[in-house]
Amino acid sequence: MSIFTMPSLGADMEEGKLVEWLVKPGDKVKKGDIVAVVETQKGAIEIEIFEAGEISALLAEPGQTLPVGAPLARLGAAEEAEVSAAVAAPEPAVEAPKAVVPPTPAPASAARPVPPPALGGAVLASPAARARAAELGTALEAIAGSGPGGAILLSDVERYVPSAPQPAAEPVAEDRPKGKPGLDMTEMRRAIAAAMSRAKREIPHYYLTHEIDLQSAQERLTALNRDRTPDRRLLMGALLVHATVTALAKVPELNGRYEAEPYAPSGPVHCGMAVAMRGGGLIAPAILEAQVKDPDAIMAAMRDIVARTRAGRLRNSEITQGTITISSLGENGVDALIGVIYPPQVALVGFGAPRVRPMVQDGAVQPRLAVTVSLAADHRVSDGRRGALFLAEIDRLLQEPAIP
Amino acid sequence: MTPTNLRAAFIAELTAVAPDLDPETIGDNDHMQNDLGLDSMDFLNLVSALHKRFGLPIPEADYPQLATTALAVAYLDQALAG
Repeated sequence: MSIFTMPSLGADMEEGKLVEWLVKPGDKVKKGDIVAVVETQKGAIEIEIFEAGEISALLAEPGQTLPVGAPLARLGAAEEAEVSAAVAAPEPAVEAPKAVVPPTPAPASAARPVPPPALGGAVLASPAARARAAELGTALEAIAGSGPGGAILLSDVERYVPSAPQPAAEPVAEDRPKGKPGLDMTEMRRAIAAAMSRAKREIPHYYLTHEIDLQSAQERLTALNRDRTPDRRLLMGALLVHATVTALAKVPELNGRYEAEPYAPSGPVHCGMAVAMRGGGLIAPAILEAQVKDPDAIMAAMRDIVARTRAGRLRNSEITQGTITISSLGENGVDALIGVIYPPQVALVGFGAPRVRPMVQDGAVQPRLAVTVSLAADHRVSDGRRGALFLAEIDRLLQEPAIP
Repeated sequence: MTPTNLRAAFIAELTAVAPDLDPETIGDNDHMQNDLGLDSMDFLNLVSALHKRFGLPIPEADYPQLATTALAVAYLDQALAG
């Protein structure tokens, strides 16, 4: 028996709201089944279970907001055959204690802006009182001190009740600006800020750019799509993603998650796609096992993941397992995109808008379709020389795209 | 199908692809990409939906004729007649 808990869907997630159960007590589940929907900063996420068994009890109600690690359901062994499988697996035994780990409240207070210290000793206060007041967002001037010389003590801050109604530390759900159902734009902006700040703080980025001639790829694509109905047509974006994923085989250290020392690259390529939300914001769900997909399969996966991102129906594995991210501006964008790595990944590939540009071919300037590709990579893991090899390989692959 | 019906059908498919668009505020001359913010994937999904609904091939070369609602209704009207 084990406890199924509120999963962490990213380092910046502290809690999630249970929206819906997709199972009931008595249901048998297998690894990877979607059992619940949880609303997070990234929208509504379908939660997969990572263990087989039978749901013996639901421990949380839809509508409840619960911290990461809170128990959601009790899972019993399903049948005799599955009992032995569960016993044989080492993970279930260590799963249960996780449920009792309390959520750490520290990140929330650290994220709040700290007002500058009072100048020239205008307000006397103990360091602990200042820190607590900053945490609460309370102005020291407003608090009456009971310490020596009227100094404000920690207990004064704790006791202080603002006279005017104070804005709640967390915005009230009903007042938040809403984009999509289940998508909170304020929260999403906060999640992006947390991830990007961490990237700029922790990852020594280096950047490379390269211009790639797409003329022959475009001609091949046009010829291919001419014989296809719209639902089977390929977009240039699918060729760019396919070439990028394939090129990783040559520089595998760019694909992975830097979560422990020493860094070890990932075998499978779970390729994150930065999907712009209509109305603002960004989510980067991953196409899992992209290295085994041909351009048609990549295209199908992109269609699926973009549709589900917009509808707010992603799965937790898709938003927590990415090993590299591609950000593409599409044909109405600008020339180049120099990205910020999505931690703990170690590389981000950016494509500008493909445009017809003057390029030299056979000694003459000709109008050719071209795109600028960029690489932002983690200098702890790779160097410019390896990065350059990677972009050159993407270029080479796009001269001979792997399409019929 | 009258142009009015065609327009309603087109708007229905457009708002299915981009559910945040308000059918009341889509102007006949709003550009799909520049004004309504469709990206290449959205646009391809729209073309796929129109293909399915009307049984028209809609080759890529004809995409510019779907750039606005007004252009698209005229295009569909002509393609269905011919």
